[in-house]
Amino acid sequence: MPVADITDSSFDADVLRSDRPVLVDFWAPWCGPCRQVSPIVEEIGAEYADRIKVVKMNTDENPRTAAAYGITGIPTLNVYSGGELVKSIVGARPKPALLKELADVIA
Amino acid sequence: MSEGHAVPTADGDIREVVVIGSGPAGYTAAIYAARARLAPVVLEGSVTSGGALMNTTEVENYPGFPEGVLGPQLMEQMRAQAERFGAELVTDDAVTARLRGDVKEVVTGGGTTHRARSVILAMGSAYRELGLPDEKRLSGRGVSWCATCDGFFFRDRDIAVVGGGDTAMEEATFLSRFGRTVTVIHRRDALRASKVMQERAFADPKISFRWNSEVVAVHGTDTVTGVRLRDTVTGVESDLELAGLFVAIGHDPRVDLVRGQVDLDAEGYIAVRAPSTQTSLPGVFAAGDVVDHSYRQAITAAGTGCAAALDAERYLAALDDVTQHPAVAAEALAAAAAD
Repeated sequence: MPVADITDSSFDADVLRSDRPVLVDFWAPWCGPCRQVSPIVEEIGAEYADRIKVVKMNTDENPRTAAAYGITGIPTLNVYSGGELVKSIVGARPKPALLKELADVIA
Repeated sequence: MSEGHAVPTADGDIREVVVIGSGPAGYTAAIYAARARLAPVVLEGSVTSGGALMNTTEVENYPGFPEGVLGPQLMEQMRAQAERFGAELVTDDAVTARLRGDVKEVVTGGGTTHRARSVILAMGSAYRELGLPDEKRLSGRGVSWCATCDGFFFRDRDIAVVGGGDTAMEEATFLSRFGRTVTVIHRRDALRASKVMQERAFADPKISFRWNSEVVAVHGTDTVTGVRLRDTVTGVESDLELAGLFVAIGHDPRVDLVRGQVDLDAEGYIAVRAPSTQTSLPGVFAAGDVVDHSYRQAITAAGTGCAAALDAERYLAALDDVTQHPAVAAEALAAAAAD
């Protein structure tokens, strides 16, 4: 199942009020590393579907959320739990490295 | 080595050639090797496929594109060309390599072991960091290495680019679309960028220059607020307020995978018997930015990638002759090694 796109206006309902932790993949179409990391994020979402919800947000079309969280570099992978930002990973990484960084969330 | 996790398709197979890397050198090697019916496996890298050009915009000096071509588009076309002739493209990282002996082994991040009689090393280079304590902490919070990725977030803000080469000028020129001002910080009083790139930057009203200056500190708690500069001539320090700091001070070859196995040169690049691409190990060839510290162009990388495939082809042909005509083969191998 492809990763759901969320928007500035759905962020509150989809992310902050989610009952599960949510990983948000902040990306943009002109960002090469974003295109490379997105399939990996999608795989993680499918493999750990019971522990974490994975969504993506196009920062080009939805600048408000990115600005609110001080994002100035993409890809940024933010994890939110109980409405709070609990982890921020900036830059594309190979899957094993991402899994390691997310260990405390998905373990 | 994690052979226990090996995926059966690649396990047991001994291929003719494995190419590590997928910039212009890697894909060109793959095109030539595939057309020579060597059925190459290309380990593209999980988040680095396409190489350094994936983070660029317009490439204006690659022959055959009079109107220029976008870096990512050029790489997609090279990739498609390699695929068309039967190269097997694997979007994974080479994490360990055993390059000695007749059969080389390369293990990927996913745990697959690829075996081959020859290997072409084309891992390219990684951007260099300033080496300042706050640089990593503020990475993605104002410090960036990719103008095309992050420039957009600095609309109407003050930006600086550190460096004096083509990459720095390209980034400065690109960033002037977004930023209120763009300051180029360079530790010398002249640029080493090509003339056309220099002229473009000098002509841009938003771009100014801080000559003989080096960054000694990055300021900011949550996001970058400025930098401290030191004049490299007088030693006088001063602060510059800015929101974005783009670092373009050069690259270092990605040699960790092969360190201790193939010889490196004095500057840490893979040593080859130029003009051939032969490394210190038989059957192991190297091409592109992991070798080249003087030209570093897409076209020179592609050129040496081609040479590496031809060298590998000759090496493999000579190996086959050993079994059939030992005396002739010994001569050919000696000639290949002396190239």
